[in-house]
Amino acid sequence: MNAYLLIILPLTGAVLAALWPHKDTRPLFLPAVGLTHTLLCLLLLVRPVAVDPSAWLAFDPLARAILPGVSLLFLVCACYAVGYLRHKEQDNRVFVPALLLVLGLLSAGHQARHLGILWIATEAVTLACVPLIHFNGTPRSFEATWKYLLVGGTGIALSLLGSICLGYASLHGGGSGDITFTALLAQGASLSRAWVLTAWVLLLVGYGTKMGLAPMHTWKPDAYGESPGIVGALLAGGVTSVAFMALLRIKSVVEAAGQGVVASRTLLAIGLFSTLVAALFLLRTRDFKRMLAYSSIEHMGILCIATSLGGPGAWAALFHVWSNGLTKGALFLSAGNLQRAAGSSSIDEVRGMSTIMPRSALLLVTGMFAITACPPFAPFFSELLIIRTGFAAGQGWAIGLFLACLLLAFFGLSRIVFAVVDGRPKLKATKRTRLRESAGLILPPLILLCASLWIGLFTPDILKDAWSAAVLQLFPQP
Amino acid sequence: MFIYIDILLRLALWLLLAPLLPGVINKVKAWVGGRQGPPVLQLYYDLARLWRKGVVVSTLASPGFIIAPAIAWTAVVAAALLLPLAGAGAALSFDGDVLLLVYLLALARFCTAWGAMETGSAFEGMGAAREVSFAVLAEIGIITAVLTLVVQSGSIALSSMFEPLPGPGAALLAVGLFIILLAENCRVPFDDPNTHLELTMIHEVMVLDHSGPPLAMILHGAAVKLMLFSVFLAQAVLPLSELPLLISLAALAGSVLLITVAVGLVESLTARLAFKRVPLLLTIGFLFCLFPLILTWMGDL
Amino acid sequence: MNDTLSLLIGLAMGLNLLALGTSRLPVLIRAVAAQGVLLGLLPLVLEAHALDWRLILITLATVAGKGLLIPYMLIRAMRAAGIARELEPFIGYIPSLLLGAGGTIAAVALIRYLPLLPEHAGTLHVPGAMALILTGFILLIGRTKAISQVCGYLILENGIYLAGLLLIRSTPILVEFGILLDVTVGIFVIGIIVDRIQRAFDSLDTRKLTALHE
Repeated sequence: MNAYLLIILPLTGAVLAALWPHKDTRPLFLPAVGLTHTLLCLLLLVRPVAVDPSAWLAFDPLARAILPGVSLLFLVCACYAVGYLRHKEQDNRVFVPALLLVLGLLSAGHQARHLGILWIATEAVTLACVPLIHFNGTPRSFEATWKYLLVGGTGIALSLLGSICLGYASLHGGGSGDITFTALLAQGASLSRAWVLTAWVLLLVGYGTKMGLAPMHTWKPDAYGESPGIVGALLAGGVTSVAFMALLRIKSVVEAAGQGVVASRTLLAIGLFSTLVAALFLLRTRDFKRMLAYSSIEHMGILCIATSLGGPGAWAALFHVWSNGLTKGALFLSAGNLQRAAGSSSIDEVRGMSTIMPRSALLLVTGMFAITACPPFAPFFSELLIIRTGFAAGQGWAIGLFLACLLLAFFGLSRIVFAVVDGRPKLKATKRTRLRESAGLILPPLILLCASLWIGLFTPDILKDAWSAAVLQLFPQP
Repeated sequence: MFIYIDILLRLALWLLLAPLLPGVINKVKAWVGGRQGPPVLQLYYDLARLWRKGVVVSTLASPGFIIAPAIAWTAVVAAALLLPLAGAGAALSFDGDVLLLVYLLALARFCTAWGAMETGSAFEGMGAAREVSFAVLAEIGIITAVLTLVVQSGSIALSSMFEPLPGPGAALLAVGLFIILLAENCRVPFDDPNTHLELTMIHEVMVLDHSGPPLAMILHGAAVKLMLFSVFLAQAVLPLSELPLLISLAALAGSVLLITVAVGLVESLTARLAFKRVPLLLTIGFLFCLFPLILTWMGDL
Repeated sequence: MNDTLSLLIGLAMGLNLLALGTSRLPVLIRAVAAQGVLLGLLPLVLEAHALDWRLILITLATVAGKGLLIPYMLIRAMRAAGIARELEPFIGYIPSLLLGAGGTIAAVALIRYLPLLPEHAGTLHVPGAMALILTGFILLIGRTKAISQVCGYLILENGIYLAGLLLIRSTPILVEFGILLDVTVGIFVIGIIVDRIQRAFDSLDTRKLTALHE
C-alpha cells in the first residue's frame, strides 16, 4: 500500500496543481508534496515493510536503498523552485504539475519489479521532462528538447525491445514469459542464452541512453545546458538513478542466467569509455552548465565501473548514487544562481562572479571540489571505496585508467569554475544583476552540500543496512 | 526440313507482328488523351516509306554508321528467335541459350551506341553515354530476373526455364520486369519517345542522324525488342506452357497486348522522370527482381 | 494462418522500401500509416482462435492510432510547414534503399540460425520485426526533415510492436495496453514539438539545429 501511496501522492498533487487557479501560490504544491513524500520515504527507510515477491510495485530493499535520496533531492529542489518560479514571468501551469509528475513516475520506476512497468515509468518520465527542459522557450531550448526527445525516444524504444527479448528468453527457456524480476531470477540458468545476451545489449543501450552513457550521451549537454537548474538537478540525480536502477536489476537477471561475466565486462568497458569521453570533453567545453552535464556522464560511467565489480562494487555504487545525486544537486542549483545573475552560462561572457554573487560562487567552488572527490565530501569516500574494491577484484589497469580520467576531469572542472568565479566582472553582468542572494537561493544548495558532507563523514548505519540489503537482493550469493 | 519451316514461320511472326505494338501504344495514348491518334498500322507505313528513301551519310562517318544498325537489328531478331512461344516451345534450344539472349541484347545496344558515335557529334555521344549508363543498371535487373527463373526451374535453357513462381514472387517479378521493360525500351518514365528536346532525350538522340533503311531497321528493331520483352515477361509470370498449344498461344498474344496497353497507360498517366531520379527507379526495379530470387532461394520459409 | 501472417508482414516490409525510396513526404506518411494498419490487424490473425473483446480493443486502438490519428497529425504538421519533399538527405535514396533491402534479405536469411520457438520459426515474424527496426534507424539517421525522422521513429516503433506480438500469449494485456498508450503519447509530444520547431525556425530542417555544440 505504501508503495502505491508514494506514487499516487505526487500524481494527485500534479492533478490538483494543474487545476489550481493561482499562478503565485501554485509552486507551493512542490514543497508540500515533496515534504510528505520525503517523510513517507524516511518512514519506510526506518521501518521497512515485508515485500510480496510477486508484486509488480513494491518498496523493496533496492528501492529503499535509493528512493529516499531522490526524494530528499526533490524536496530541496522544490524549495528552491518556489523562489525561482516567483521571479519567472512564464506561466507555471505546466511546469509545476510536470515536476510533480516526474516525482510520481520516479517513485514508480524505482519501485517497479516488473520489466514492463519499469519501462512504462521510464518512458513516462522521459515525456514528463519534455515541458521541463523546454520551459525557457528559447530557440536553443527547442533544439535541446528536440535532441532529447529523438535520442531519448530511440533509447527508450530499444529498451522496450530489450524487455521483449528478455520475455522471449523466458519463453524460449521453457518459462511462462512472466517478466517480473522475481520470476526471471527464479528461472535463472534456464533462460535462453542467446536471447538474454541480445536483451542485455539492447537494455544496456536503451537504459544507458537515459543514464547518458557515452556514446549515447549526446542529448545530455544540450538538455542540461538549456533547462533550468532544478530540472538539471532532477535529471542528473533522479532520472539517471532510475535508469541505473533498471540496469542493476537487469544485471542481476543476466547474472542469474549465468552470463554475469559478459555483463560485467560490457559494463566496465562502457563505464570506462564514458568516463574517458566525459573527461576529454570537460577539457574542451566553455559552458559551465554543459560542464555539469559532462560531469554527470563521468559519474554515470563511475557507477557502471563500480557495478561491474560484483557485490561489493554494487554496494559502493549505491553509496555513489547518493553522494553524486546530492552533490550534483548543489552544483546545479548554485550554477543556476550564477546563470540567472549573469544571463549566460558561457565562460566567455561570465567572469568575476565572486564579486557579484559571492555566496553562490563559494558554493559552486566547494561543490566542484566535492564532485571531483576531494575529501571530506561523500564522493571522495564512495570513489575511494570503488577504487579499493577494484584493486581487490584485480582490475588494476581499469582502475588506473579510471584514476587518470578523474584527474583530467578535475583539470577540466576547476578550469571552468575558476574562470567563472575569478577575474573582473564584465560590465554587462554588473549592470543587469538584480538577483539578491536571498536565503531561498542559498540555503537549498547549502543543505545539499551539508548532506553530502554528512553522508560522507558519518554514513548512517541505517543507510549502510539498506545498501547491504539491496546488494543481497540483487546478488543472493556473496 | 520441318525445322526450317518452323524457324521461317516464327521469323515471319516476329517481323510482321512487332510493329503492331508501338501502334497499339500510340492508340492507347491517343484514346486516354481524347484524340483520334495515328492508325494502329502507322509504323508499317513509316517503315515502308523509309525503306524506299536514300541514306544521308556524314563525311566523317565510317561504314560502321550503316553496319551498326544492321548488326543491332540482326542481334535483336536472333534473340527473339531464341525465345520460346508458350506451348509451341522454342525452335532452337540448347543449354545456356539464355546467356546468348542476354549477350545478343547487349550487342544490339553496343551497336546502337557505336552507330551514334560514328556521326562524330557530341550530342549523339551524350545520348550514347546516357543510354549505356542506364543500361548498366537495367541489365542487373534482367540478370537477376533470369537468375530467379533459373533457380526456380533448375534449368539454364530458355525452353524449359519458364516455370512461374508461386504467389507473391510472381507478382514482384512482374513489377520488376515491367519496370525493366520500360527502361530497356526507352519508354516513359525513363525516356520519352516523342520528345526531341536536347536535354531530355536518350534513345532518340542516338538515332537523330540516321535516315532511310538504317533508320527503318532501328525502328523495327525497337519494336521487336519491345515485343521480346513483353513475351519474356508474360511467360516468366504466367504458367502458359502448361496449356494446350492454341489456347496458350492465344493467352500469350492476349497478355502481350495487355502489357502493351499497360505501357500506353503508363505513358499517358505519368511524366518523364528527372534524370537524377532514373537510377532510383531502376534500383527499385532491380529490388523487385531481387526479392523473388531470394524467395526462390530460401524455398518456402 | 501463417500464410495470412506472412502476407501481412511481407506487405509491411514492402512498405519499408517505399518509405526508403520516396522523397515525397505525403507518400512516406501514407506508407507508414498503411504499415500501421497492416500490423494493427496482426493480433486478430495471430489469435484468430481465441478472439475476445480486449484483443479487438487493442486492434482498434492500434489501427486508429497508427493508421489514422498519427498520420493525420503528421499531414497537418507538413501542411503547416509548407514542405512536401525531403530534398537533401544525409543518406541518399539509392544507398538507403539498398541498405534497407540488404538488411531485409539478411534478416530473412538469418532466420534459420535464430533460436526461435517452433511456432515462430516458419514465419516472417522475427525477420519482419528486424527489417522494420533497421528501416526505422536508416530513416532516423539518414533524413534531415523532422517529419521524415518522426516517420522513421514510427517505423521503428512498428518493428518493436511486431516483436512484442511474439509475447502476446504470455504477457498480461495490461502491459500491452500501457505500451500502446505510451507510444501514442510519445509521438503526440513529438508532433507538438515539430509544430513548435516550425514556428521557431520557419522550417522543419533539423540541420538548422546546430546552435548547441562544442
